[in-house]
Amino acid sequence: MNGIHDMGGMHGFGRVDREENEPVFHAAWESRVLGLSRACSAQHLFNIDESRHAIERMAPVDYLGSSYYERWLDRTVRLLVEKGVITREELERRMAQLASGNDPAPPHRDPKLVDRMLRATKERTPYRQPGPPPRFAMGVRVLTRSDAPVGHTRLPRYARGKHGVIDCVHGSFIFPDTNAHGQGEQPHTLYSVRFDAAELWGASAEPCAPVHLDLWERYLDPLAAAPGRSTS
Amino acid sequence: MSGAHDEHGHHHREPESVLSLRVRALESLLVEKKLVSSEAVDRIVSAYEQDIGPHNGAKVVARAWVDPAYKQRLLTDGTAAIEELGFGGVDLQVVENKPGVHNLVVCTLCSCYPHALIGLPPVWYKSFEYRSRAVREPREVLREFGVDLPESVEIRIWDSSAELRYLVLPERPAGTEGLSEAQLAELVTRDAMIGVALTRPPASAAR
Repeated sequence: MNGIHDMGGMHGFGRVDREENEPVFHAAWESRVLGLSRACSAQHLFNIDESRHAIERMAPVDYLGSSYYERWLDRTVRLLVEKGVITREELERRMAQLASGNDPAPPHRDPKLVDRMLRATKERTPYRQPGPPPRFAMGVRVLTRSDAPVGHTRLPRYARGKHGVIDCVHGSFIFPDTNAHGQGEQPHTLYSVRFDAAELWGASAEPCAPVHLDLWERYLDPLAAAPGRSTS
Repeated sequence: MSGAHDEHGHHHREPESVLSLRVRALESLLVEKKLVSSEAVDRIVSAYEQDIGPHNGAKVVARAWVDPAYKQRLLTDGTAAIEELGFGGVDLQVVENKPGVHNLVVCTLCSCYPHALIGLPPVWYKSFEYRSRAVREPREVLREFGVDLPESVEIRIWDSSAELRYLVLPERPAGTEGLSEAQLAELVTRDAMIGVALTRPPASAAR
């Protein structure tokens, strides 16, 4: 989707502000949001692509007005409600109960969940899955699709309809565009594609600053033999 | 929508007290439904606060600096090479700084970052400013970070758009020939592994 999250190349945000000796979290609630979100993933309540797309679906003005962990909180609640795990009314009621000093939840222990979550920080990720053989080889010139899909995609706007070169064939990975929408993992080849800065930014490009993106084969067409003709 | 800025420049739609209450309520509901345990949240938070941080990535970089065969394995198959040192949780691509080439990592679409090796990302990495500008004006962004590279140096930007994570292998600074692997690791900063800083010899090491 052409969302506010797709920020590559935008103007108007100003200098990058840094904080010296920044803490890992700026408030305790931020750390709980991170932990709850990781636990929900470990319980397979939603996958990573659904989770990214849920943030993208925030109203643009809310996205811009929220901090990083506020967006995570919004995402987690949104998905748990959509999947029927909780309701917004239930959440409001529980807030009122907690505010009056009453937490009705009995303690719950789950050592296996703890193990799974800690192991996930050390083991191989599950996103590489077998798929069809690659269509493109290293060094081949490609043209990215200029589609503007309404759903989730990892082809950013600034790199659509652009010429690039296959820099690396990474192997077969789960396809976010379908996995975010309950349409299956549909793994296929992921490539690193190199774009010259001038191809992306024209006359305003900085010199010698190529951008590399990891792009799935379905985002790419071979460079047409005759200019302007699609070969897909 | 009422907003307020706190001392870290964060913009909040709601007061911290309401945010905090909503998060506690969410945890309480998930605990009640036996989907989450508070201990699981505690343990993962503590892992990120204490065990998982830039010191992990620094060990990988230092090993690559002292062991050319390891460096080759790291550049060829980063995931397998970090497993040799006991790290994982990431499908890793290591990109090497060398004379004439500097690498810079960003995620324009969200905030993908090699957590397992350098911890949770700083606020600036997740900021709209960095995400929007790093791909279009990397030289200007780097100058703001104090890194002014001549135009003869190619800046390779890596926009993390898939489930691969990028780690910059900085150049080993001159004058560090006598240092041990552990001493070298102390020179490697988080920012150098993202590509917004250079690695400096011990006398001038900072940040």
